[in-house]
Amino acid sequence: MAIVVSRKESFLDKMYIPALMVGLKVTIKQFYRTLFQNGSTTIQYPEEKREYSQRFRGEHFISVDENKIENCTSCYLCQTVCPAECITIIAEERPADENPYGVRKEKRPARFDIDALRCCFCGFCEEACPKDAIKLSRNYEMAQTSREDSFYDLDHLKREVKGRG
Amino acid sequence: MTSFEIIALILKLVFVLAVVLNAVPIVIWFERRGSAWMQGRVGPNRVGPFGLLQPVADVIKFIYKEDFAPAQAAKFYYLMAPVIAAVAPFAAFAAIPFGSHLLVGGQTVPLQIATLDVGILAALAFAGLEVYPLMLAGWASNNKYSMFGALRGSSQMVSYEIAMGLALVSMLLIYGTLDMNQMVVFQDQTMLGFIPRWGIFLNPLAFLIFLIAIFAETNRLPFDLPEGDSELVAGYHTEYGAVKFAMFFFAEYVAMIMASCLLITVFFGGYGLIPGMDPALAWLSGVMGFGEAAAQNLRAAVQVLMFIFKVGCVMFFFVWVRWTFPRFRFDQLMHLGWKILFPLALVNLVFMAIVIAWIGA
Repeated sequence: MAIVVSRKESFLDKMYIPALMVGLKVTIKQFYRTLFQNGSTTIQYPEEKREYSQRFRGEHFISVDENKIENCTSCYLCQTVCPAECITIIAEERPADENPYGVRKEKRPARFDIDALRCCFCGFCEEACPKDAIKLSRNYEMAQTSREDSFYDLDHLKREVKGRG
Repeated sequence: MTSFEIIALILKLVFVLAVVLNAVPIVIWFERRGSAWMQGRVGPNRVGPFGLLQPVADVIKFIYKEDFAPAQAAKFYYLMAPVIAAVAPFAAFAAIPFGSHLLVGGQTVPLQIATLDVGILAALAFAGLEVYPLMLAGWASNNKYSMFGALRGSSQMVSYEIAMGLALVSMLLIYGTLDMNQMVVFQDQTMLGFIPRWGIFLNPLAFLIFLIAIFAETNRLPFDLPEGDSELVAGYHTEYGAVKFAMFFFAEYVAMIMASCLLITVFFGGYGLIPGMDPALAWLSGVMGFGEAAAQNLRAAVQVLMFIFKVGCVMFFFVWVRWTFPRFRFDQLMHLGWKILFPLALVNLVFMAIVIAWIGA
């Protein structure tokens, strides 16, 4: 059964005028705050950019060592864990004359493609990677003018990113 | 009519038209930026300094849009509605005095386009015309949303015109005249030495009723049911696009300015100066060594500025209220109009009549 809760309204309440005054006061206060105390919450986007947290998961990159060689060893862990199935790796053996690392980097990705349009930015690949090779940077401006530009290849992923970007 | 009078009349017409036409974009600009400021946003600030050219950009956009008409519409009335909407409130400005008078070459030029004995009736008549474009637009565009908007709009405007008229009648009892210029002259004195003898202080209840009624008359929030975006798409102008819509939009703001002119003239002393400004101006004229004509012209110029300032304050209030209060439901609107404002206005009228008979006796 519904419980009827009725509030006693005084004559002043029924006039509504005091309540209207309170409402007008709220808006004029906000008006003053925005206009004179810089209280606007808007970020003027292209000129002014939002600072996201250090843990923000944005555009992918693959970390490189001091010789600009990728840390990825094509173990396929990221491809396996990816829930969106957006990572495609083709592995190959690193030629002996290009390999100063010995057994440590014997295997390398011939292709490492990420379809950023399918990616859901969950960060599982980053967690799965035993070499800390694949990472998500803090760059969130990933808009492109064509579909092809959103398919990241190894060259794109190996671009220089400082820290987490 | 002498040629001097004809030239003066044309100049006054041009002045009023220019001021009102230029006031509308400024009010629209303030509506958009003011609303943003009240909500902690920035508002349009890219076009021109402070975004002041935004209305210009809007108008250009409207002009370049496709000019369409629904196939089943009654074309003649469909096209006529925005024209009436844009013209009717303009005509009402003719009766409103925006300054006392100028002295040019020994001749008096009253700062009022049509010096009518029944000025307030003329203004009300033209303001009352605003209901016709609404009904025409709603019926002629053959759209159910437009129809509903027009039905709501016409019943709302007719209902609130009664309360508005009664509130005005109680003011007319006080002033004892229909001539708006004489109303202003009446209000141009002080009570108890410092309070200006404005209508709002003489009869605050009538002011409140009139204020609420003009919000309903101009279809502004909290009474914007004819447009009612959330339930009626855009109400009576759903089927209007491009310049035709721009005319409706424009007319809405002209009607608002008209309503605030009326409010100012009846309740806030019209073009009358704030007490203390008259001696200051007289002193200034004395210091500058002005003759009688120059002093009067200076005074008239300050009065015109004062009038514009007062109208600006009321327009600010319009915007302020719009972005504060939610919309009424239609039955609540009718309840307020017929069961509260109408009896209240009647009681107020009778009370005022008794008080005036008492004082007069």
